[in-house]
Amino acid sequence: MSVLLEFNNVEVRYDDVILVLRGLSLQVQEGQIAALLGSNGAGKTTALKATSGLLDIEDGKVTDGTIHFAGKEIQGQSADRIVRDGIFQVVEGRHVFEHLTVHENLVAGAYTRRDRSSIARDMDRVYDYFPLLADRQKQWAGYLSGGEQQMLAVGRALMARPRMLLLDEPSLGLAPVLVRGIFDIIKRINEEEGTTILLVEQNARLALSISDYAYVMEGGRVVLEGTSKEMVENEDVREFYLGLGEVGRRSYRDVKHYRRRKRWLS
Amino acid sequence: MDTFLQLTVSGLSTGMIYALAAVGFVVIYKASDVINFAQGDLLLFGTYLIFFSIVQLNLPWTVGIMLTLLIAVAMGLLIERVVLRPLIGEPIISMIMVTIGLSSVLRALANALWGPQPRTFPSFLPDGVISIGTAVVGFDRVLAIPLGLALLVLLGFFFRRTRDGIAMRAIADDQQAALSMGISIPRVFAIAWAIAAVTAAIGGMMLGNIVGVSQSVAAIGLRVFPVVILGGLDSIGGAVLGGVIIGLLEVYTGGYIGHGLNLIVPYFVLIIMLMVRPYGLFGKPIIERV
Ligand SMILES: Nc1ncnc2c1ncn2[C@@H]1O[C@H](COP(=O)(O)OP(=O)(O)O)[C@@H](O)[C@H]1O
Ligand SMILES: [Mg+2]
Repeated sequence: MSVLLEFNNVEVRYDDVILVLRGLSLQVQEGQIAALLGSNGAGKTTALKATSGLLDIEDGKVTDGTIHFAGKEIQGQSADRIVRDGIFQVVEGRHVFEHLTVHENLVAGAYTRRDRSSIARDMDRVYDYFPLLADRQKQWAGYLSGGEQQMLAVGRALMARPRMLLLDEPSLGLAPVLVRGIFDIIKRINEEEGTTILLVEQNARLALSISDYAYVMEGGRVVLEGTSKEMVENEDVREFYLGLGEVGRRSYRDVKHYRRRKRWLS
Repeated sequence: MDTFLQLTVSGLSTGMIYALAAVGFVVIYKASDVINFAQGDLLLFGTYLIFFSIVQLNLPWTVGIMLTLLIAVAMGLLIERVVLRPLIGEPIISMIMVTIGLSSVLRALANALWGPQPRTFPSFLPDGVISIGTAVVGFDRVLAIPLGLALLVLLGFFFRRTRDGIAMRAIADDQQAALSMGISIPRVFAIAWAIAAVTAAIGGMMLGNIVGVSQSVAAIGLRVFPVVILGGLDSIGGAVLGGVIIGLLEVYTGGYIGHGLNLIVPYFVLIIMLMVRPYGLFGKPIIERV
């Protein structure tokens, strides 16, 4: 197995002063799903944008450290360059093109593709993953339901045939039954297409259920990492992220817990 | 009845020329939210460039038209690259202000190159008249109608079927998401300016043929504003319909009520539209899901 994406002590600032990532280091193995967990404001979205080149329009910059993708340094490169290199970010909050039809949204997803001939086939594949979208091809995406829009956002990403997919809170604002469906498909995409996935998710239980490896971020750096299996077993993760804390066992570890909790949740 | 038909055909063709001027304005607005105050000056350059090609260079009119369109594309690309691109990411208002500056620069440039005096212009479009029923209209005027319609179809195809056309609409909808698809904003803006310059040049050539070559063409370009406010800033179809309505209104007012009034009618419409329906007849509705 080889490392596909690697953050090495990455520092990101917005507007030259607001320091958000403070030495973030992590690795994503090719072919795996890595989960990036952490409370609001930990810097998860910033980490994804630093990878995909979307920091630029928000006046954010990688000011230290390196980001390697497939062995190549990519920090600071333009977004279109990075998409061409094989990284595709599905931004938080769906962001479908409202006044484009479902079909046109998918065409937009394939914007950087050179092999025009196989685009039609890939479109069929997307409709195969998301049959609901197939019935709505000619409809404006703005009129889709929230769940359908999330499907479209993921489908649109597939059209680029990325080597690596960055997903930012795909469950945000969706009904639980839809969320399960989306996550099943994310897993399928990983298995059937071999796409490496970095998944940012508030719902830790769900994220750990489909991921191979997980990082917990706090204050712009990683505070805990391990295989997803280990994480599910981890006392702190269970307590703070999965709501499974075992009250009886707290006594002698209280102090340590308190420190960690402060670090994670402050 | 004769007068009515005559006026209608003339109004339609005038309207189509307005539409040609407005379409480019709409394309730029759609792609970048920029209100291009220099659209009338692009029209002016179309007029002077065709004059330059077939009078000063003495080229055959077909070659002259090609050269004019080529120079127009180059101008559009150059303007985007030099004037607009450095401002990508800045607030929209600074881009809008810079088009006001651009307008002055273009006008001064035309003045420097061709002087302030009106130039005579050999009609380059085939002469002759067309009889429609009892009405008789100059061929050069009628030509604007099929030309405008053809251009509309072409642009419709561009926006619905081509990769760059769809990308342009995507940027208009959601710039961040468009970036995340790898859509290159500079490339799309450049295409928008090229289209704006070319459609304006076509309108400018037709105008030159009808009203002659002078700086007043830029003033006619100001009709763009009532036209797009009426049709909707972001609607190509709206631009064409808006152009036609304004054209007809002008000609009917001039024909039936009297000269002078026709010149203010468009702005009268503009004010009424701003009061009752500021997003125009065909402006993009804001989608509200339940
Ligand atoms: N464009 C921006 N300009 C300034 N600060 C920002 C910007 N985007 C995010 N931040 C700040 O960076 C921190 C991390 O944000 P974010 O990466 O969105 O965290 P998360 O996705 O983990 O919730 C927050 O404190 C947020 O306020
Ligand atoms: Mg976030």
